[in-house]
Amino acid sequence: MPIPAPPTNVRVVTFQIDGRDYSAREDETIIEVARENGIPIPSLCYLEGLSTWGACRLCLVELAGSPRLVAACATQVAEGLQIYTDTPRLQRYRRTILELLFAERNHVCSVCVSNGHCELQALAQRYGLDHVRVPYRHVAYEVDASHEMFRVDHNRCILCTRCVRVCDEVEGAHTWDVMGRGSDCRVITDMNRPWGASDTCTSCGKCVQVCPTGALVKQGTSVGEMTKDLHFLPYITRRRHNR
Amino acid sequence: MSAPAKNPAKIRVATAWLDGCSGCHMSFLDLDERLIELARQIEIVYSPLVDTKTLPEQVDIGILEGAISNEDDLARAQEFRRRCKRLISLGDCAVTGNVPALRNHFKLADVIDRAYRETVTLHPQLPTRDVPALRETVIPVHAAVAVDLFIPGCPPSAETIWHVLGELLAGRTPRPSDLTRFGA
Repeated sequence: MPIPAPPTNVRVVTFQIDGRDYSAREDETIIEVARENGIPIPSLCYLEGLSTWGACRLCLVELAGSPRLVAACATQVAEGLQIYTDTPRLQRYRRTILELLFAERNHVCSVCVSNGHCELQALAQRYGLDHVRVPYRHVAYEVDASHEMFRVDHNRCILCTRCVRVCDEVEGAHTWDVMGRGSDCRVITDMNRPWGASDTCTSCGKCVQVCPTGALVKQGTSVGEMTKDLHFLPYITRRRHNR
Repeated sequence: MSAPAKNPAKIRVATAWLDGCSGCHMSFLDLDERLIELARQIEIVYSPLVDTKTLPEQVDIGILEGAISNEDDLARAQEFRRRCKRLISLGDCAVTGNVPALRNHFKLADVIDRAYRETVTLHPQLPTRDVPALRETVIPVHAAVAVDLFIPGCPPSAETIWHVLGELLAGRTPRPSDLTRFGA
């Protein structure tokens, strides 16, 4: 597929990632450049084709000369930047973030429909997360199985809001949104009505496919059966961009 | 053929099964013929797989399957910690609480009612003798005692167990995440 032509007045900048030289358009973000060049930066909320949310903090990177870590999904490249994507400090922080996610809600992989196909589970393994050092909260959240095709299990939700963004930005339905604060925060359909009673949901299933965990799944799936397919997203967004 | 002389240099291994399904021990048995090779290097001094009824004072490697759900689980984990040089949490129940910990969403009294009253039609009664008291909250082993090595998986594959034990016997520190994960 053709890459969209850059706007005429955008400069190209040069910078380093992990000690190697790269160049890119100055309106690109660090994570975009990294992914184009096969440099792995983890993310759970960032997804190519959706707007930037910057919530999961897994894509934090170090910039030489700056004490502050920046989110690679929400920071544009600039001339002369020296970016480090996988330092011991970043590995430690990423592991801690993942531990907190596992401790916050029920992420019991062994009985999850997404077992083996889950981005959270895969990241835990990649970062050597073999146990969680903080106490598990063990608070039960609601499961809404009122939709005839899909189900939302808030116990598995990490509040990445990919579902909210894909529904609004790609499907154009804006069925999903977010309510509540702190540990009460959760994604909702329509004005917090059961999903099955939603007037706006088109049952397209895009939210299910982009969900990184077993929070949004197809009905009728058993342990490990829920595989997800993200291919539609870059396809749709590129076609739309080209118009 | 004469029986091989008892090798005093054998690594002494103990295992116990706390609140789990025994699947991790079954996975250990899935080592199949490799068990014979393993038996040349280790001696299982205490385990559900052997007859010994008491945990010896000195053990090199202790392996715990299952979460800590009752007072007996806790006492055994503490005893293992005192007597084992290295303590391993084997499987998701020991490492995370896993399925046994799903009852933490409910009050203990409700859990007991469900198990012993609501689902029993004839003479429902609560067990008071010979059954250890359930604790309010199911916890992973490392929430009660220090653990040296974690092997996630439900259950960890025989391949994983073989790799980890092999590395330990060779004097190296294994990295189980290379081979296994939560829910594996």
